[in-house]
Amino acid sequence: MSENQNTPGRDVTAPNAAAHPERFDDPGVPAHRSRLTDVDPKAAKRNERLIALIFGISCVGAIASIVVYFAVRPDGTTAGTRLSTALLGTTMAISLLGIGIAAIHWAKSLMSDHEHVDERHTLASSPEVREVAVQHLADGVEDSGIARRGVLKGAAVSALALFPLTFAVPLISSVGGDWNVSKFRHTIWERNKRLAYDPSGRPIRAADLTVGSAAHVIPEASQEEMRSHEWITEKAKAVVLLVRLNPEDLRSDQSPEGETWSYDGIVAYSKICTHVGCPVALYEQQTHHLLCPCHQSTFDMADGAKVVFGPANRPLPQLPITVDDEGYLVAQDDFAEPIGPSYWERLK
Amino acid sequence: MKALAARRHHRAAPVVLLLLALLVTGGLYAVLAPSPATAETASTATDVEEGHRLFQANCATCHGPNAEGTPEAPSLVGVGAAAVDFQVSTGRMPMQMSGPQAAAKPPQMNPEQTAQLAAYIASLGAGPAIPTEEQVDASLGDSANGALLFRTNCAMCHNAVGAGGALSEGKWAPPLDDVSEQNLYQAMLTGPQSMPVFNDANITPDEKRDVIAYIVEQRDGSAGGISLGSLGPVSEGLWAWVVGLGLMIGAAVWIGAKSS
Amino acid sequence: MSTDTSPSAADAPTTPAGKAADYLDQRTSVGGAVKEFARKVFPDHWSFMLGEMALFSFVVLLLTGVFLTMFFDPSMALIEYHGDGPEAMQGQLMSVAFASTLDLSFEVRGGLLMRQIHHWAALVFMASIVVHMMRVFFTGAFRKPREINWLVGTVLMILGLAAGFSGYSLPDDVLSGNGLRITDGVVKSLPIIGSYLSYFVFGGEFPGEHIIPRLFTVHILLVPALILALIGVHLFLMVLHKHTQYPGGGRTHKNVVGYPLFPVYIAKMGGNFFIVFGILALMGATMSINNVWNYGPYDPSPIGAGAQPDWYMLFLEGSLRLMPGAGTEWVIFGYTLSLNVLIPAVVIPGLLFTFLFVYPFLEARVTGDKREHHVLDRPRNVPVRTGLGVAFLTAFVILALAGSNDLIATHFAMSLNQITWAFRILFFVGPVLGFWITKRICLGLQRKDRELVLHGHETGRIVRFANGEYIEVHRPLDEQERWLRVNYDAHKPLEIEPATDARGVKRPGYKKDKRWQKLSRFFYEDRVEPVTPAELAAAHSHGEHDEVESAQHSPELVSGAENADREH
Repeated sequence: MSENQNTPGRDVTAPNAAAHPERFDDPGVPAHRSRLTDVDPKAAKRNERLIALIFGISCVGAIASIVVYFAVRPDGTTAGTRLSTALLGTTMAISLLGIGIAAIHWAKSLMSDHEHVDERHTLASSPEVREVAVQHLADGVEDSGIARRGVLKGAAVSALALFPLTFAVPLISSVGGDWNVSKFRHTIWERNKRLAYDPSGRPIRAADLTVGSAAHVIPEASQEEMRSHEWITEKAKAVVLLVRLNPEDLRSDQSPEGETWSYDGIVAYSKICTHVGCPVALYEQQTHHLLCPCHQSTFDMADGAKVVFGPANRPLPQLPITVDDEGYLVAQDDFAEPIGPSYWERLK
Repeated sequence: MKALAARRHHRAAPVVLLLLALLVTGGLYAVLAPSPATAETASTATDVEEGHRLFQANCATCHGPNAEGTPEAPSLVGVGAAAVDFQVSTGRMPMQMSGPQAAAKPPQMNPEQTAQLAAYIASLGAGPAIPTEEQVDASLGDSANGALLFRTNCAMCHNAVGAGGALSEGKWAPPLDDVSEQNLYQAMLTGPQSMPVFNDANITPDEKRDVIAYIVEQRDGSAGGISLGSLGPVSEGLWAWVVGLGLMIGAAVWIGAKSS
Repeated sequence: MSTDTSPSAADAPTTPAGKAADYLDQRTSVGGAVKEFARKVFPDHWSFMLGEMALFSFVVLLLTGVFLTMFFDPSMALIEYHGDGPEAMQGQLMSVAFASTLDLSFEVRGGLLMRQIHHWAALVFMASIVVHMMRVFFTGAFRKPREINWLVGTVLMILGLAAGFSGYSLPDDVLSGNGLRITDGVVKSLPIIGSYLSYFVFGGEFPGEHIIPRLFTVHILLVPALILALIGVHLFLMVLHKHTQYPGGGRTHKNVVGYPLFPVYIAKMGGNFFIVFGILALMGATMSINNVWNYGPYDPSPIGAGAQPDWYMLFLEGSLRLMPGAGTEWVIFGYTLSLNVLIPAVVIPGLLFTFLFVYPFLEARVTGDKREHHVLDRPRNVPVRTGLGVAFLTAFVILALAGSNDLIATHFAMSLNQITWAFRILFFVGPVLGFWITKRICLGLQRKDRELVLHGHETGRIVRFANGEYIEVHRPLDEQERWLRVNYDAHKPLEIEPATDARGVKRPGYKKDKRWQKLSRFFYEDRVEPVTPAELAAAHSHGEHDEVESAQHSPELVSGAENADREH
């Protein structure tokens, strides 16, 4: 009985096992139970009428759908579109569900419910069939002579291996544009480029920013420039979040020795998360924390945009800013490091 | 009547209809809404005095006897009447208990008391004033421009249609669907609690009205049916499981069950 | 022309249907197929319709998708919108893709309905695939000979993800655009090839002007073609293997018990298609989904609260949210390795999918079982498999919930940061707990089955003997009930050959065998054997005085006594 030791629940010692079979016998398919419709012709008739009625409702639904299509024209308002959508969809659903319910009820209540038994057959082919199959393959190999003609085999394999290149090389070399991945390093920010409000494009005067303000910033550009794909792609790297803190609240920023990247409590950081590139935009002005709505990386704007929570690892890169003669905020230069998510050769 | 029916399909018809609807809504609002009317009446010396008394009774414990601020609560000198009206008329102030942030609740002060408090705080130092009715009239705003501004400046916290969202450490950006136009304007202007300030240089008064127009437009509901809270793909996924899969599995159980 | 292959003139069909059938058969030998398939037997159970639901949602996706392609224009050319769409969209700069989405929703009558049905169908498609896989997994339907079909199904599920994701991005709105941006960030994090792969996908820098047309081709040609082909393979194998069946009287590995395809299954399956379509139509009619005009046309600056993908990608979103960033970005020889992205976005999903791909082979190996299986397992009878399945689902659900943590925070007034921490811990603890609890429940249910078989149902009737003893009368199980509970194999751990042979020579491969045995022990160490006839007899004789005998003594228990007698 050692085998049974790790068998939980075995609390009964089997006495005289020889007298009993090792396992129970299959009792066979349970006896068929007749339905009401099988024994009562009235019930069958009733169900038949019911099924016909449901099919009829489906017909009505389909026709109603056509009527609704022509009769209820959406008037361009939200409510109008909603009404048209709801009526078209509901009538369509009635026509569909009618067919479905009727067909299934028919199958369940009127079609024969005697269970059938099909035999299964082993999937594996019989030894004879296998033998013939193997012989066929052997004959084919023999006929082709591939085993004897080594050079031919090599040549054929080479040709087959090379031909995909005729397809892949043109595709791959064109599909990535100019493949110049060094574009990740630069944005269109440059010395003396004015900071402007997104989306209006108005330049920002330092004096206009009150403490506690947050402004979503793009480089100043003409309306014309802003209507192109090039702009969207550049904007995707250049967007900046600008906030004004009490100068005494600003504990640190990313300015190197001897430089000042902030201006009177105003700091500008890239809005593209260093995690996977979402726009980090939830600025909480009391805690000076900036939260990313995608993955909840949190950056401390009062402390060099350091990561205080979440999956990001690096601070947001700071845009060095100052003011020009007219009091507008301008960039001192491009970002000192690539913005956005990390990539393999980022530091190269 | 026939002419009207024919014009119903005119390209401008929806715009005209919408403008009409907005005008009616705006008009009704102007007639029915009481608080801005009181807020607009010029404050008198008695208002300031009465406000001071209310302040001493309800606010001074945290904000200090002269609203100069304490370690618990900020100074209110220079926050302006707009900030007071926002905080008090939405019930956020006076605060009932401390927590991650002050929640909106039924206001404790009536409109007159609110105006008196606002007058008192405004008398302490210059700050944003309560907007005029015209400034917050959604029907005068351009909701398309409002949509652009809202998307860039507001949606990240308040959700694309103002259904609200989460901030860090238990704070949240409240839903905007039942916030009055006045309060919307004041919130942008004063930046209550976690919300940053959007002063008139950042979002001009006209632009603020556009934003309000956009928010008000969202109250028409969704063109596709029930809005499911406008919370985005998570709630849609939940409903796909509950309603879609629920009904289908229910149907499957019916199909598989033996008929009696 | 004497070589007339048609039946002799006497059997020549006379009815129009007969003539048409004859015409067809002479050209296609369709008669053989009808003979083979018309009365093919399918077992009946509601859970066998979950795969059907996925299939039918896919058909609905194809139908509504064709409607949408008539009006959708996958161009990224920029235009200023003036149309019937919402007031807030008028005059905005947007891509033609976005504008045509507005047009097909607001100008095409019924267009919004079709769009909503399409999107709901996509969500339900993935959901029904998941529950179908759960059914297959927990009942062991992936065992020989169906391992290959399990692989085909798993690939179909992944293709479903690809179809969903590519379609979700097509309208070129802010929400899906930010989804693409996250994809770009994940792609860039791949070592060595990341930047180039990003260029490969976007045709240059993100977002560029190629991605929408490319996704369109993927969405309406590449992925659906692959899905259709694999559905073909999936169904072909299903028909070839004949459907599995639940255990029960008369159901063996050698037969299949059920109803004929024609007419019962034609009616039930066809009916189910209309029901699935009808439910989706109802959803499309009344519940709005993905109102892209709420999000606005894509612009790289804005983002909305609740920035999430559709539910089936939520696990990835949650995985990204849970990973702590501190100390997980490594710089090696000046090259950056972003483990804070790679682990959650590549390694974790990789592990989850690998589990799905290898599990059938793993289980077959540790079971040492090479038989064909056509009768399904009751989940309780394979406790470790059931536990592992629950552990997998627990991990998946926790990740998906973590991907919704902001909504949990607002709806349950909790702190986002605390929820994140809770999920970080739960991700490791939850699956282990899920496994353990499930395994214990399964073993408990098996013991309960043994109890029932051995001692019968409690009847609640108390009988007093002449000597004053009280007992509760138990009613023995009928043979169908009992068969269900005893008809299973409690697998034992693998037995391996000893480390050395008879002459004391070390056997090569012993260590490998030993490792497999260890794994096998994990699976089958704890098991509950089914009741054998001998045990039942022993239980009866042992409990004679309180069960069987009592039944014979008490006059109201005749039927029970008869049952007991028959069994002896």
